[in-house]
This record gives sequence, structure tokens and C-alpha cells, in this order.
Amino acid sequence: MREKKLWLVITFHTTAAAIAMEKLCRAQGLPGRLIPVPRELTADCGMAWRAGTEDRAALETMVAQEKLEAAGFHELMI
Amino acid sequence: MIYLDNAATTLRKPPQVVDAVARAMGSFGNSARGTHEGSLAASRVIYDTRCSLASLFGCERPDHVAFACNSTEALNIAIHGCIRSGDHVISTDLEHNSVLRPLYRLEREENVSLSFVPADKRGSIDYADFERLLQPETRAVVCTHASNLTGNVLDLVRIGQFAHAHGLLFIVDASQSAGVLPIDMEKMHIDVLCFTGHKSLMGPQGTGGLCVREGVDIRPWKVGGTGVQTYLHEQPEQMPTRLEAGTLNGHGIAGLNAALDFLQETGIETIHAHETALLRRFVEGVRDIPGVTLYGDFDCERTAVAALNIGSMDSGEVSDILAEDYGIATRPGAHCAPRLHRALGTEEQGAVRFSFGWYNTEEEVDEAVRAVREIAT
Repeated sequence: MREKKLWLVITFHTTAAAIAMEKLCRAQGLPGRLIPVPRELTADCGMAWRAGTEDRAALETMVAQEKLEAAGFHELMI
Repeated sequence: MIYLDNAATTLRKPPQVVDAVARAMGSFGNSARGTHEGSLAASRVIYDTRCSLASLFGCERPDHVAFACNSTEALNIAIHGCIRSGDHVISTDLEHNSVLRPLYRLEREENVSLSFVPADKRGSIDYADFERLLQPETRAVVCTHASNLTGNVLDLVRIGQFAHAHGLLFIVDASQSAGVLPIDMEKMHIDVLCFTGHKSLMGPQGTGGLCVREGVDIRPWKVGGTGVQTYLHEQPEQMPTRLEAGTLNGHGIAGLNAALDFLQETGIETIHAHETALLRRFVEGVRDIPGVTLYGDFDCERTAVAALNIGSMDSGEVSDILAEDYGIATRPGAHCAPRLHRALGTEEQGAVRFSFGWYNTEEEVDEAVRAVREIAT
């Protein structure tokens, strides 16, 4: 079984926003990857951005600067 | 075959469009349906295509570009989703049935009233008519950018200023102009721009969509699976998901994405200049042939379309002779533009439409001129 660890998980309302997140992070050299939204957050079948909790500030700044519409920032053991 | 029916669809596409569709069909999962590589590959290309379209049309937000099958579907979404019972709508005689039939249906079923800016014998309009047709109940202007029958272009900056000044929604059918004429939603005050991918954008059939200004709410007519917010009973509110229920045409959109790259590399000004030069060559060649009647205003800005008749010959017969004896593909008949045919006086005869594209050559134009001359004599 995969070992659980504390992660930063950013959720979105639309796939377009999640893909925009990936595109911006790749362009700006920010870490993370898209994962299915963990069940702890919602039973939704959408996607979320997972990164290390230490990257929260940088990612929050980027999301605000680029006016990305994130549904929420969460820290979870997943 | 000499293909001169580009206003219906561009038959020849840039090779990279065909390659992109084939690649997508070998590698795409269902976009927005998971985070495995197949799904992400589709989602990424679809999002890139939104970005390219937003940039091409001056749409402020890529996520406000929603995909549909074609202009007709986009126009149905826009018209039925924005116009309400009791509203009055101003449109024009230049419209295609993709605008007219949704409006006529609202008139018949939803107590919507319509006024049409009339076209004259050259298919031109008087812009002062928009003001004259304005009513307290007027809610929207719905009009084409360019006539699919004559190629006459409407001044969207001017119409947009009128709509903006009176607080009206401005819904534009860019079927004939997207990919050859500059479109800027901001400068033209366009609220909803409806486009198709398979004409001058040179993408696959089954692609198209609508760009929606932020703040314009369109009630979706189609609701269903979106891959997100599954437990909501309603369609999600956020664009573009709001207008995109069901699996998108990812394979086709991949082709459209490659087509948009081609347009950017080539330049739509270059494409328009080439097509316009071909049109002028054709018009100069046929205009003095005895018996030939050309329709439209050849002094105004226009797309590369020339509609004509030869004497009183049935346009269908002329088109058939062109196809059978000369191998030239044209479009006869009414072109889904009933009001404009009435304005031109060609309701009975129809017209033969020649429409030129990026891949046509001067030699092909000369062959078409020769064919028209021979049929006319």
C-alpha cells in the first residue's frame, strides 16, 4: 500500500482551471501534478493539483497573480 | 476537381491538421475524466485550443471559450440561452438559417418579436436602420459578420457600438469570417461570438463553439456529464463546463488546434490577401461576360465569395455543368439564406456561388472563368 503523507491539495470547479494550473506551474517551474480529487475533500470525480505543503506560499501567490479560480487549498494525509 | 466551395467547408486542410487528428485518435482518452495520461493528453490539447481561440478572437478568458459541434449548435446555445419571452431582437437580411431558424422558433413559441435590417439589391445594409428598429423591449442584436451568399462584410465595430450604447447583447455569427478577417470581441463589443472550425479556420468538421464575455449568463440547453461536481443536480455554473455536457470532440479539437497553429504561422492577413486576389481575378474575368449577373457589393470589405447567374439558367443546372463538364465544385440554390435571396431577387433562380480558399490557385480561377464564359455563350 502507498504510504500516506501530508500533501497540499488544490481543487478547482472545472477541468479547464485544473489544466490551466498545470500549464502555469510547468511554465513557471512550480512543483506538483494533477491527481483525482481525494475522497476526503469531496466525492467528486474531478481533478486536483497535489504538491508539497512547503510549496503552498509560492502556489498561492501564483494562483492569485494569474487570477486562477481555485475552489480551495487543503492540507491532507493522503 | 477544382474545389471552389470553401464557404461551405474547406475541403483541403493543412497536412498537420490531418496528422493531429490521427495522432489524437491513437492517444487520447476522454478529457476531464481522470488524471491518467490518456485523459490528460486530451484535456491539455483542448485547453491549449481554448487559449489559441481566445487569443485569435480577443476573448478575455480562455475558459470562456466553450466547444460545440459547429456554428449552428453554438448559435442555438447562445440564442436560446440568452433571449427570453417578451424580448425584441434585431437581426439582418444577411443571415443564414442557423441564425434565422432559432429566432423564428422563439418568435413562434416564446413571444419574442423580431426586426430585420433590410438588405438592398447589392446585399448591403443601411446602418442607421439599427437605430430605427430599436424598441424599449430590444434585448439583443444577432447578426453575421459576413454573408455566406454575397461575401459582403458587416461593420461589427459600428454595430457593436450601437449595441453597447443601448445596453443590448451582441451575438455574432462568425461562420464566414473566423480565420480570414480580424475579430476582436473587446473592440467590437461582442458578447457572444459563435464560430465553426471547418471553414476558414481549416479544422475538422464537428468542431466549433462560442466565446462568451465574462458576466454574460447563457442558460445551457444541454446538461449532463461533465467529469466535475458530479453530485450537483444542476449543470455546474462555471464556464466552460456550464455549456459543455458530454464528451467533447477531442480528436476534432486536436485537429482544430493544429489548424490554429497553421493560421498563426501563416497569418490570417496573408490568407485573406491571397483569397481576395483570387476573388478579384475571378470577378474581373466574369463581370463583362454577356449574360452574367454578379451579386453583392464588390467595393466594400468582403470575403472571397462571388455569387452569380448566367442568363435565366437554373443555378442548379449551371453548377451541375461546372461539376460534370469542368470538374469545378460550386454551390447552387438558396445557400440557407432565404431573406437575402429575396432581397437580391434570386428566390426563384437561386445563384451559383464560387468561394475561394487558401489552397486555390490563379490557374484554377482562370479555368473557372473559362468555364463560365463557355456556358454563357
